[in-house]
Amino acid sequence: MTNTTTGNESFNDSHALDPAASTATQETVSAEIAGVHDAYRAAVASGGAVETQPRIDFAPYRSSLLRHPTKSLHHADPETIELFSPAFGQRDVHALESDLTIQHNGEPVGERIVVTGRVLDGDGHPVRNQLVEIWQANAAGRYIHKRDQHPAPIDPNFTGVGRALTGENGEYTFTTIKPAPYPWKNHHNAWRPAHIHFSLFGTDFTQRMITQMYFPGDPLFGLDPIYQSITDPKAREALVATYDHAVTSHEWATGYRWDIVLTGSNRTWMENEEGDH
Amino acid sequence: MAPAPQVKLTATPGQTIGPFYGYALPYERDNELVNPSRTGAVRLHGTVYDGDGTVIPDALLEIWQADEDGNVVAQAGSLVRDGYTFTGFGRTAVDNEGNYTFTTLNPGATDAGKAPFIMLTVFARGLLNRLFTRIYLPEDTAALAADPLLASLDAADRGTLIATREADGALRFDVHLQGESETAFLSYPRS
Ligand SMILES: [Fe+2]
Repeated sequence: MTNTTTGNESFNDSHALDPAASTATQETVSAEIAGVHDAYRAAVASGGAVETQPRIDFAPYRSSLLRHPTKSLHHADPETIELFSPAFGQRDVHALESDLTIQHNGEPVGERIVVTGRVLDGDGHPVRNQLVEIWQANAAGRYIHKRDQHPAPIDPNFTGVGRALTGENGEYTFTTIKPAPYPWKNHHNAWRPAHIHFSLFGTDFTQRMITQMYFPGDPLFGLDPIYQSITDPKAREALVATYDHAVTSHEWATGYRWDIVLTGSNRTWMENEEGDH
Repeated sequence: MAPAPQVKLTATPGQTIGPFYGYALPYERDNELVNPSRTGAVRLHGTVYDGDGTVIPDALLEIWQADEDGNVVAQAGSLVRDGYTFTGFGRTAVDNEGNYTFTTLNPGATDAGKAPFIMLTVFARGLLNRLFTRIYLPEDTAALAADPLLASLDAADRGTLIATREADGALRFDVHLQGESETAFLSYPRS
């Protein structure tokens, strides 16, 4: 690895660097993000499609450079197996797994929060009895992961992993600790906004998705190439939870609400269509 | 088939799985859809590569498939396996050299004449949204030739979706996120 990263050099060629070795400045990365967003806005203004998912080719996120397909996705009409999802049940998930603050002998340090919401499909139908998995850093921004080298304290009373099954209305609730931002190696002085990772299943396996939930008003939003890989501001906002005082409980925990929408089920309309013939 | 109806709600954007899922998503026997000693157990394995042909050591793969008779099962127990119930779902994090292994069954054709395949989902640090593809079994060449998706692809793309059967019965399927051998990844209606 060559260290060519001093002074005020331009890092327009930084694509060639090992992503982990990039010492591009925040200004450089922010300028790259602005360039992509400006081009997107111009395209939409001249009639281009609104994008609601992240770009998978997003150079400001250095690790994406060699890890995104360059060909467009191939359209597939879903077949039998793709119209269903694995079934999860009480056997798979214990009710207590949705409380991340009771997994050890003591109370974890930090701000106790409740995150609740609904999982819906693209038609607005609740996704029932499906698995929701979360993982997150602790109140100091540290993960219980052997490769997390951030010199912030591990909390012996917090692992940061939760699971739940959605209810009849697609609802889920987790009790946890508010995670802190943490530094990463995308560029010099890079910090992730505080977030909780969410993993979701729908009724069709084609709805499978993993994402991140953020907290309102985070000052790091504008600087973060992962969040900003979603070029459309309205789409980005869909990842930000809402503070909800009705979820907050007296002398116990503050509350956030976050609903998740999966893509549309193909099973429902394909089955109906078959019934029509 | 009529075109898929429009969705009413915009799907929430995906985000990368990041580097730190390793203590959260993997679970005991996550990659063993069946016990390795079971009759008919098949090893499905391969390696995940980036656009430089370098192995990716931090990808997570999931498979979802029918049973040997082509039936889609609806059995709980994927996360807490009893060693006997086939749930059709498996998950595995690749090792430090990008390799993965599932122990599973050869899926049967879900309808007569259909080419059997296993659904594969790829997550990785650096990959901003999940990718879907299909792992086709190589044997039924007539069914493969008649498969609508495969027929819509050029020969090179088609080849990336058909697993290789090894001498010991194992299925080999490598995943290339980018590059000359880039795997054909799929999109579905209503997304
Ligand atoms: Fe994270």
